[in-house]
Amino acid sequence: MNDLIGGFREAGFLLVSLDRDLLTITLRSLYVSLTAVVIASCIGIPIGAWLALTRLAGRRYVIAGVNGLMGLPPVVVGLLVYILFSRAGPLGVLGLLYTPTVMIIAQMIIATPLIISISHQGIREIWDDYRDLLLSLNATKWQRMGTLIRDGRYALLIASLAGFGRAIGEVGAIMIVGGNIDQATRVLTTAIALETSKGNFAFALGLGFILIILAVAVNMVIHGLVRTERTALW
Amino acid sequence: MVAHLLPLAVRGAEVNRQGHRLLGPIDLDITPQGILVIIGPNGSGKTTMLRMLHGLDPLESGSLTWAVDENQARLRQSFVFQSPIMLRRTVLSNLTYPLMLRGEGSRRAKVRATAFAGRFQLEQFLPMSAGSLSGGEQQKLALARALISKPDIIFLDEPCANLDGRATREIESLLQETNSSGTKIVLSTHDLGQARRLADQVVFLLNGCVHEIADSATFFAEPKSRAATQFLAGDIIT
Repeated sequence: MNDLIGGFREAGFLLVSLDRDLLTITLRSLYVSLTAVVIASCIGIPIGAWLALTRLAGRRYVIAGVNGLMGLPPVVVGLLVYILFSRAGPLGVLGLLYTPTVMIIAQMIIATPLIISISHQGIREIWDDYRDLLLSLNATKWQRMGTLIRDGRYALLIASLAGFGRAIGEVGAIMIVGGNIDQATRVLTTAIALETSKGNFAFALGLGFILIILAVAVNMVIHGLVRTERTALW
Repeated sequence: MVAHLLPLAVRGAEVNRQGHRLLGPIDLDITPQGILVIIGPNGSGKTTMLRMLHGLDPLESGSLTWAVDENQARLRQSFVFQSPIMLRRTVLSNLTYPLMLRGEGSRRAKVRATAFAGRFQLEQFLPMSAGSLSGGEQQKLALARALISKPDIIFLDEPCANLDGRATREIESLLQETNSSGTKIVLSTHDLGQARRLADQVVFLLNGCVHEIADSATFFAEPKSRAATQFLAGDIIT
């Protein structure tokens, strides 16, 4: 209980004092996770929409496979990405290991299946509603996809935010590929892991509360920007 | 002068689903004039027939031959569904949507849609979300959206099925006005009163087949078949 109270106190202190290291770590966390989610959304949303609209042999197996990948263990992803980008790996020549870029790649891999799956479900529901109308109006396949993405934007936003939630809270993969290097690749989650291992529970909890505040704030800002829930109906 | 889409010749048309015949074989000629009303008991194939004519349900066999080529034909017809399908957008966006699909610019489409909304008394709803309209208003919007691209023919599947008397009268009046301006109307209904009020020609469907086809006055005064007589008398027929 004391740790919990200490954590609240530490979080408050860190926020009020605008600790420079904390600011850097927080901004890096945001940069890595938001970039990963934007890229994952650019890949995942069109794939989700395409899966919802396309009849292809074995579609249900593809969807089941994507859904299964939602539970990708981040540590395994981290390990695979590490092998790919390690000096002896096929992409080692790029020299990206222990940089924020490779952390973005790892988080992008983790978030993409989740975004595909939720996008697919959201688009599928709208497609069921719109199908007859869009066929009746002779919308081309691209027009249909554009319409469904536009009108399903709230469902797609939820997909992206779910991806963000998974990415910002992830620690296993980025610890492996980023190395938790001070002033270089340390982010909030890896900092929490480090402080916990050092026994600084109050400080770790403080960082944890800031991470939660950050995740909620990003959700609220994005909801505010896209004006969801302004009216009772769409 | 652009050739009219009609007449449409339907020959031996059949629609199957999962191995079961839902409709046909149908032989029918649809001419450019008047309002054609399809009636029949539940499950007789009214909706399937409209969907087949519009190309939403594929033919198992037989043919549909329009007076113009098929691509042209698809662009010059519209459909209004029994439960109006509203895009999750404003009323104005619902109206501009068919125009923009055909490449019309956003500004021009908005001007046209705003002018068109007046004809359907929808102007005050333009900025509102389509989902917030009442059933009658949604059906009017669906009709307006179907007509804004000036189709040669419009198919309507029981357009007044869930509407009260006032909304039904408004829709019927719009349909008559639309027909007077040269658009062929083909609608299905289970409401015999509506069929009497609107129809120039009646198709009586039973068990997926055209059981009787006649001009409205003849059909309601002297139906030829026993099934049609029973149906008009309100008997249950199978």
